[in-house]
Amino acid sequence: MRLDGNAAAGQLRELFAMDVTAAMATCGACGTRRPVGSLLEYGQAMGVILCCPACAAVMLRIVRTPASMHVDGSGMAMLVIQV
Amino acid sequence: MKWTVASVVEVRDEALHAKTLVLDVPDWPGHRAGQHVDVRLVAEDGYQAQRSYSIASPPESRQLELTVERIDDGEVSPYLCDVLHVGDGLEVRGPIGGYFVWDVRDAGPVLLVAGGSGIVPLMAMMRHRARADANLRALSEMSLLYSTRTLGDLFYLQEIERLVEEQNVRAAFTLTREKGDDRRGYHRRIDKAMLTDVGWPPSHMPRSYVCGPTPLVESVARTLVELGHDPSRVLTERFGPTG
Repeated sequence: MRLDGNAAAGQLRELFAMDVTAAMATCGACGTRRPVGSLLEYGQAMGVILCCPACAAVMLRIVRTPASMHVDGSGMAMLVIQV
Repeated sequence: MKWTVASVVEVRDEALHAKTLVLDVPDWPGHRAGQHVDVRLVAEDGYQAQRSYSIASPPESRQLELTVERIDDGEVSPYLCDVLHVGDGLEVRGPIGGYFVWDVRDAGPVLLVAGGSGIVPLMAMMRHRARADANLRALSEMSLLYSTRTLGDLFYLQEIERLVEEQNVRAAFTLTREKGDDRRGYHRRIDKAMLTDVGWPPSHMPRSYVCGPTPLVESVARTLVELGHDPSRVLTERFGPTG
């Protein structure tokens, strides 16, 4: 099921000290810059995958286990958070 | 962000398959119109189910209102709609989200487009505007396009009609599974002609908030951009049938 970054906001909030859905994320594959809330989101049970809405490349992966969060942000070239 | 046990202070019918839960959340830090909360149910054996529900009440309200659509084979919504009663506790965390939010001080015209239960965060925006002073309201003209399958699926109908009469909100409804003439509303899926009729011209630089099932949201957002709206001013939130 495809949703968007808004649906991942709760899990992202566990990872970051502040809400990042309004933060601007740059795709590492095509360079498109979009708010995290507008990225495409797949899956919810094991974790979250956020993809670029322009080229569909994976930008951020979060996998949860009972004891840990595994975060792969290698598809994201930049994340700019307003403070 | 911590889980808190909210207490249910009121449950009311909102539509054929939806109820509004009014919650008292201890130490609620306040929220913005458009945000949601996570709700968690924990079974005796430790099994957990978690869902996100948009907040229907405006930031000005002290109590939190969630409107929950009952999905028959869902895990969480049948419990929230059928089992939960006044006085019960419910684990919530929030408020969550900072992208799909609107503040009346942002000023400028606003188009709200809802599909089904996607109306909930948009209702918080309309209620927020209704509580603002007249000057701010005049700066943020609001137009709503609301699509459901049938008349019985419309949430908040009387309140929206009151906002139209008293608050200068424009509202149009489309019922996709009911036939009828188009005098009191549309009877088809949202299309370019409808968005042109109900929305603002791109030259007015409106903000558009589109919320509902993924196919509706993507189709409406694409059409708005085709009509010449700035993509960065078309904000979207996709709802899934997670029940």
